[in-house]
Amino acid sequence: MAAADGPLRLQLNAILAVAKKDALIYYLKAPVLIFGVVFPVCFFLSFALGRPIPPDHMVPGMLSMALFFTASAIGPLVTPWERSARTYERLVTTPASLEAILAGDVLAGTVFGLAFSLLPLALGLCATDASVTAVPLLVAGVGLGALAFAALGVLLAAPATTSPSQVMMLSALVRLPLIFISGIFVPIGEMPAWGRWAAPLSPLSYCADLVRAAFGEPPYFPPWLDLAALVAFTAGFFALARLLHGRSRR
Amino acid sequence: MIEVEGLTRRFGDLVAVDAVDFSVRPGEVFGLLGPNGAGKTTTVRMLTGYLRPSGGRARLGGHDVVRQSVASRRLSGVVPEEANVYPDLTVWRNLMLMADLHGVPGPVRRRRGAELLELFELSGRKRQKGRELSKGLRQRLMLCMALVSDPRILFLDEPTGGLDVASARLIRELVESLNRERRITVFLTTHNLVEADLLCHRVAIMNRGRIAVIDTPRALRGMVQARRSVVVAFEDPPADLLELLCLGPDVEVEAVPSGLRIYTADPGRVAQELAARAHAAGLRLDEINTLAPSLEDVFLHVTATLGGGPDGRR
Repeated sequence: MAAADGPLRLQLNAILAVAKKDALIYYLKAPVLIFGVVFPVCFFLSFALGRPIPPDHMVPGMLSMALFFTASAIGPLVTPWERSARTYERLVTTPASLEAILAGDVLAGTVFGLAFSLLPLALGLCATDASVTAVPLLVAGVGLGALAFAALGVLLAAPATTSPSQVMMLSALVRLPLIFISGIFVPIGEMPAWGRWAAPLSPLSYCADLVRAAFGEPPYFPPWLDLAALVAFTAGFFALARLLHGRSRR
Repeated sequence: MIEVEGLTRRFGDLVAVDAVDFSVRPGEVFGLLGPNGAGKTTTVRMLTGYLRPSGGRARLGGHDVVRQSVASRRLSGVVPEEANVYPDLTVWRNLMLMADLHGVPGPVRRRRGAELLELFELSGRKRQKGRELSKGLRQRLMLCMALVSDPRILFLDEPTGGLDVASARLIRELVESLNRERRITVFLTTHNLVEADLLCHRVAIMNRGRIAVIDTPRALRGMVQARRSVVVAFEDPPADLLELLCLGPDVEVEAVPSGLRIYTADPGRVAQELAARAHAAGLRLDEINTLAPSLEDVFLHVTATLGGGPDGRR
């Protein structure tokens, strides 16, 4: 056989191949653009327009929400779509491990989220007087946030269904409540007590907190906790996705 | 090359594959035959790593399909029962995706991809999307995708199902030449018994999740020597043809499109007798042939012996 690469190299190649395939096929699919791009823009504008929100609060909120929706838009679509087209069977009978296939989907979601989050960032920086005061925090917050949200998207695709619409519904059911408890529209410190209790349960809280700190606002959590929480959410979502996707094949 | 011991798969209370044992030798074309729902596709799905067995074990090239699944999948190329090329990717992208997932190095995969498209007469359709291909072309692309990693084992699940005669024949010829020239082990499931007879060195007949018999097509036909027959056709056959031919009640006669098929253990003698009786009765013979038992006869005999017949489920 000509495939002489070692197992690790093989799996890394598989991750890249799956991510490239996802990018070619799914980035321009209507459900991804609607739920990942149009939806958060409309959602944010309907809340923010006409309200006296300071730019250094509005821009991080808009950026975090756009990242959350875009990065988690790819994952829920890919697996049910591929199950329905029977291409999932083809994928899992190659030497790519399930971990590599899921990691490829996460990578595709991450890149999609990062690419689309550049738009609100650029708009916010150009159109308002908001400015980034801690670039490393912004890079870490956006990068780790994109990973965590993309992993959440892949986890949401775990139910053994061939209907993308069912998974998109589940995805909306999970993602929408997270918006309200994550300090996007109202800072966590200004939320009622139940909100302050619920906020730590959402990965978006930590991402938005880091991004807000990068724009010079005082963070609610210490930045190290935000970073650790995003890493933990990414690992947890991925591990759970691995478990559930594995079960759905048995 | 393929060793299967007690392989079992349950879906709730249904035992789809029930403790099957068989082995396939390197370079062999092995056919798995059976009626719908016999467990053929489930067996292939377990061997190719798509489904986890409920019991027993299987090894491909010495690698356990569960514990060493990546190593076992590196040895195989799969053409599943249902066409599953990526409809939104071009022919070339579909092919390169499979090469990437199998870890085929860049220059090798481009050369091999081009060779396969040439071999399967798809070079001119390189930029066409999967959804734009006809069923026959998709089937050819699926074979290319299965072969781009230069597998040692090729799994073909109903590879000619639903294809027109010319496409099915082309696929069969390609599979035969791949096996002959590259010594690829082929594991074939099919409903098409003529195809199995033409391609397979050995066949297993599966029914209700169990393997009933495994042998060469020739040896299997030998199992049903009593199913040898004479096919006879007359010009303008009269209504009382059977009486004129003096065929006794113990003779099994079947109407076939070309005339009558008479089952007998001694077709040579019966053919001579039929010719003599037809002459005596003033009938004009159009055709008379002796036929050896076919794989179809074996198949029907085996599935009937096991009970339930085709499509029977426990």
